[in-house]
Amino acid sequence: MAQSEKEILDGLAEIVNEETGLDTASVELDKSFTDDLDIDSLSMMTIVVNAEEKFGVRIPDDEVKNLKTVRDAVSFIAGAQS
Amino acid sequence: MLLHGKRLLHGKKLLITGVLTNSSIAFHVAKLAQEEGAEVVLTSFGRAMKITKTIAKRLPSTPPVIELDVTNKEHVESLAERLGEHVDHIDGVLHSIGFAPQGAFNFLEGSWEDVATAVHTSAYSLKALSVAALPLMSPGGSVVGLTFDAQYAWPLYDWMGVAKAAFESTSRYCARDLGPKGVRVNLVAAGPIRTTAAKSIPGFLEFERIWSDRSPLNWDVDDPTPAAKACVALFSDWFPATTGEIIHVDGGFHAMGQ
Repeated sequence: MAQSEKEILDGLAEIVNEETGLDTASVELDKSFTDDLDIDSLSMMTIVVNAEEKFGVRIPDDEVKNLKTVRDAVSFIAGAQS
Repeated sequence: MLLHGKRLLHGKKLLITGVLTNSSIAFHVAKLAQEEGAEVVLTSFGRAMKITKTIAKRLPSTPPVIELDVTNKEHVESLAERLGEHVDHIDGVLHSIGFAPQGAFNFLEGSWEDVATAVHTSAYSLKALSVAALPLMSPGGSVVGLTFDAQYAWPLYDWMGVAKAAFESTSRYCARDLGPKGVRVNLVAAGPIRTTAAKSIPGFLEFERIWSDRSPLNWDVDDPTPAAKACVALFSDWFPATTGEIIHVDGGFHAMGQ
C-alpha cells in the first residue's frame, strides 16, 4: 500500500538510525547521504536492502547512485509504491 | 531439472560464500541450488553480515549465515566447527570471493601492499577455504570457484587480473592435492556480469562493449543465471571425473580470434 512521504521519511530515518546511530531527526529531506550524513557505500547498501524490505519495493543497483539526498530516496520509494 | 526422478542436487549440502546482494552470482547459485534440492549455508563477514542476512531471506528457504573473513586466520581455523553446528557434512563449497584495493586497478602504479591484499583475498583464499572446509567434506565433494579468464591482459582489470591468474593456478594445485581425498576443484570463467563487485571496477562498461562485439552467443551482462547453472552442474554428480578444469560460461568469447 502506498505510504505518504512523511511516513516514508520516518521509516527511512529509523533505518538510517539503526545502521549508523544517527538521530532520526537529523535525517532530513535535503540532507545528502554521503556529504551530510557521512554514510559510506556499504552502509548505503545496508540501508537500501532494509528499505526494500520495509517499503516492499525494489531499488535496482543502477538506481542507487542516483539517490544522493534523502529526498531522492523518499521520492523513489513513493514512486515505486504507487 | 529432474534426472532419474531426482533433482540435480537432491540431498546435497553446500557452503556458499559471496552472497552480498541479489545481483551477486553467489545469490543465484544458492537460489538454483535450493531449487535443485540442496541445503545451503552462507558466509559473510563484518558489516556485510547484515546485508547478507537480509538478502538470505529472499532465497526460497532462508539459510543460516556464518561469519567468515577468508583473510582472518581465526575465522578460517574455526570454520569447520562453526559450520558443523548447522550441517553434519558438506558436499560442496562455492568460492565467490575477490577483492582488490582501488590502487590495484592501475598496473604501473599499484603498490605491493595493494597487490598483496588482492592476491591474499582473491587467490590464496581458495586454498584457505578448501582446506578449512575439508574436515566436513564428503568424498565426491566439489569446490567451485568463479574466475574472470586470466589468460589475457584485460583493459582496466590490472592486478586483479594477476590475482585471478594466481587463483586459477591455485585451483589446479588444490585439484592436485584434494583429488586423492575424492574432492574435485573446478572454476567457472564467467563473462562480465553487472554485480556489485563488477561495478566497483572502474570502466566496467568497456567489458560490456568488448563482449557484445566478440562473443558468438548473445551475452547478457544482467543475467547471472548461466554462470549459476554451471556452478550447480559442477556441484552435481554429473562431472564426477572433472577436476582442475575451467569451464567457460562466456558466450564463447574465449574461443574467438576477434
